Amino acid sequence: MANTTTNSPLVTVDGTPLKVSLGRAKRKAKLRALLLVAPLFAFILLTFFVPIISMLLRSVDNEVVSYTLPNTAPLLSQWDASSGEIPGEAVFKALAADFKESAEDKYDDKSAGKVGRRLNYELTGFSSMFRKTARKSKKFEPPYKEAFIKAEKKWGDPKYWQVMQREMRKATDSYYLAAIDAGYDSEGNRAFNEPGKRVYLKLFWRTFWMSGLITGLCLLLAYPVAYLLSILKSRTSNMLMILVLLPFWTSLLVRTSAWIALLQKEGVINSLLVATGMLDDANRLLMIHNKAGTIIAMVHVLLPFMILPLYSVMKTIPPSYMRAARSLGATPFTAFTKVYMPNTIPGIGAGAILVFILSIGYYITPALVGGQSGTLISNLIAYHLESSLNWGLAAALGAILLAATFALYLVYDKIVGIDNMKLG
Amino acid sequence: MSLPAYAGPLETTWYYLFRFICGLIFFFLIAPILVIIPLSFNAVPFFTFTEKMLTFDPEGYSLKWYRDFFSNLNWQGAVKNSFIIAFFSTIISTTLGTIAALGLSRAEMPAKTWVMGILISPMIVPLIISAAGMFFFYTDMGLASTHLGVILAHAALSTPFVVITVTATLVGFDQSLIRASATLGANPTTTFFKVIVPLILPGVISGALFAFVTSFDEVVVVKFIGSYEQRTIPWAMFSGIREQISPTILAVATLLVLLSVGMLATVELLRRRNEKLRGLSPG
Repeated sequence: MANTTTNSPLVTVDGTPLKVSLGRAKRKAKLRALLLVAPLFAFILLTFFVPIISMLLRSVDNEVVSYTLPNTAPLLSQWDASSGEIPGEAVFKALAADFKESAEDKYDDKSAGKVGRRLNYELTGFSSMFRKTARKSKKFEPPYKEAFIKAEKKWGDPKYWQVMQREMRKATDSYYLAAIDAGYDSEGNRAFNEPGKRVYLKLFWRTFWMSGLITGLCLLLAYPVAYLLSILKSRTSNMLMILVLLPFWTSLLVRTSAWIALLQKEGVINSLLVATGMLDDANRLLMIHNKAGTIIAMVHVLLPFMILPLYSVMKTIPPSYMRAARSLGATPFTAFTKVYMPNTIPGIGAGAILVFILSIGYYITPALVGGQSGTLISNLIAYHLESSLNWGLAAALGAILLAATFALYLVYDKIVGIDNMKLG
Repeated sequence: MSLPAYAGPLETTWYYLFRFICGLIFFFLIAPILVIIPLSFNAVPFFTFTEKMLTFDPEGYSLKWYRDFFSNLNWQGAVKNSFIIAFFSTIISTTLGTIAALGLSRAEMPAKTWVMGILISPMIVPLIISAAGMFFFYTDMGLASTHLGVILAHAALSTPFVVITVTATLVGFDQSLIRASATLGANPTTTFFKVIVPLILPGVISGALFAFVTSFDEVVVVKFIGSYEQRTIPWAMFSGIREQISPTILAVATLLVLLSVGMLATVELLRRRNEKLRGLSPG
């Protein structure tokens, strides 16, 4: 009897082997967990992920050119751009047909104006060139070459044809090149713009160092406060914690407008300094609509994000560590730098990365208090979305910003672990 | 921690100096928020203290910016929109977020880190990028310039806060209670409403408050996918600051500070209740 039980596999009441039954139960539990997460996952995918990915695709999307000029595209690809001469009559004939088609397209799906605007990002002049030609193209008669050049003399210049030939491709890298202040030179090679004309690299660099400075200042201010909160009796520290949490819960717009009231030329700080005689009325300090304004306001806004992770780490460091170091003969300074501070590094890392991630993508505060010199990369993305309407470039800049954020997110995950994130 | 008895003069000086420095930092944190409160009662349209205000002359103070706020249709529409949008997006994000958190905190959940990473990403992705993506996509879907579009967008942005808060509450949740309830004859629905919900309710409510505040405070996405018809309070403040700056903004800001004091108090009470429920703290 004893022999049979050890040799035959364990079975459940209904006769299935225990192993199989257990596996089934585990699969079921797994499925149940997945089903609970599924609705939110689908929701986030649809309302958040798909929009962002489709936006990012705009940074390479270039179909408008070859789609609107289907007759010209195959012929132009055979043209030798290095010959220094414009293409022959066959290409002009195809282009005339494309212009006619786009003019007859009722849904404005194919629009010569759109292509002109698209190519204008590559080389200025295309926009007016296409608009002018589209207007006159209905009356074009062969020979088309002469007709085109008569309508707009730029058609006689090979450099426009060169750009058109290049941008017949379905996906382009030119938005990304533009986003890092590069482009194609007259020979069609990729090259950086002259140093004087670099806008985006400068702004990326400014975003980077200002975020670094803001993170550093936050750390400098947060460290003593978090330390004090962690060593005080819980009753006192809970009271003082309100001073940290209230700004955290207060609307960003409220805090930003408060800083406008404080910092502006006729604002509270300047008036106070003038009234007390510390400042001459004529040289009121310019603390807003510049870099200083952005930095001061953003340090204030982001400070709680540094204090809270630091505090939660410091709270776990037993005070006996410092006492032990002191009793072993360390001066307070040595005890602090050699014993206490190394223990707070996880908190420093968590807070610093969080503040840095938040500040490189900041938009509202720099837009309101940054003026010209204190704006960040987000503000430029907003400008291209709303004003210049160069959506491809906005998407390329966004993709670069997103890549940087994602890299930092991975570092944050390594240090803190995404599932350990806490609020308040 | 009070000053130890053996402290020398240097340490004593440092003890007080340190507290003084911390005091200055606390002042930096709180002063800007407090300063707008008296400024909102200014009788003249300035963003600074007038002489009459400093001498506490009653003539220097007035309620006219509050009157303006309560009578102006621009602001009243914004208040209505803010509450409607925040209310519905909170309901969506709290429901979906709580259910997802229940799944995420199960030991059997596969690929937990990845799923969590994706669910939390709306909090990490810079708002301008979210706004840009939603702008194009919601326009194509016909959801731009509708309340529904803004509600869905805000729900997506605020779910991470619910997921994080509820998951944190569930860390201390004793899973065997579910089995205990089942052995006592409760079906899963009864278990959920009679056992799970009462225990995680404080976490769910704090998550909902976080979600509400996120939507209530959000301006970038509304600016991109909404129009004037969807204007919210921060939207109106943002354009107010950019166009014609008036102390009405400070009156609104003061009311919002009061609101956040209320929210903060509620969240703190809930946190303490939660700790008490789980026996984490005696108080």
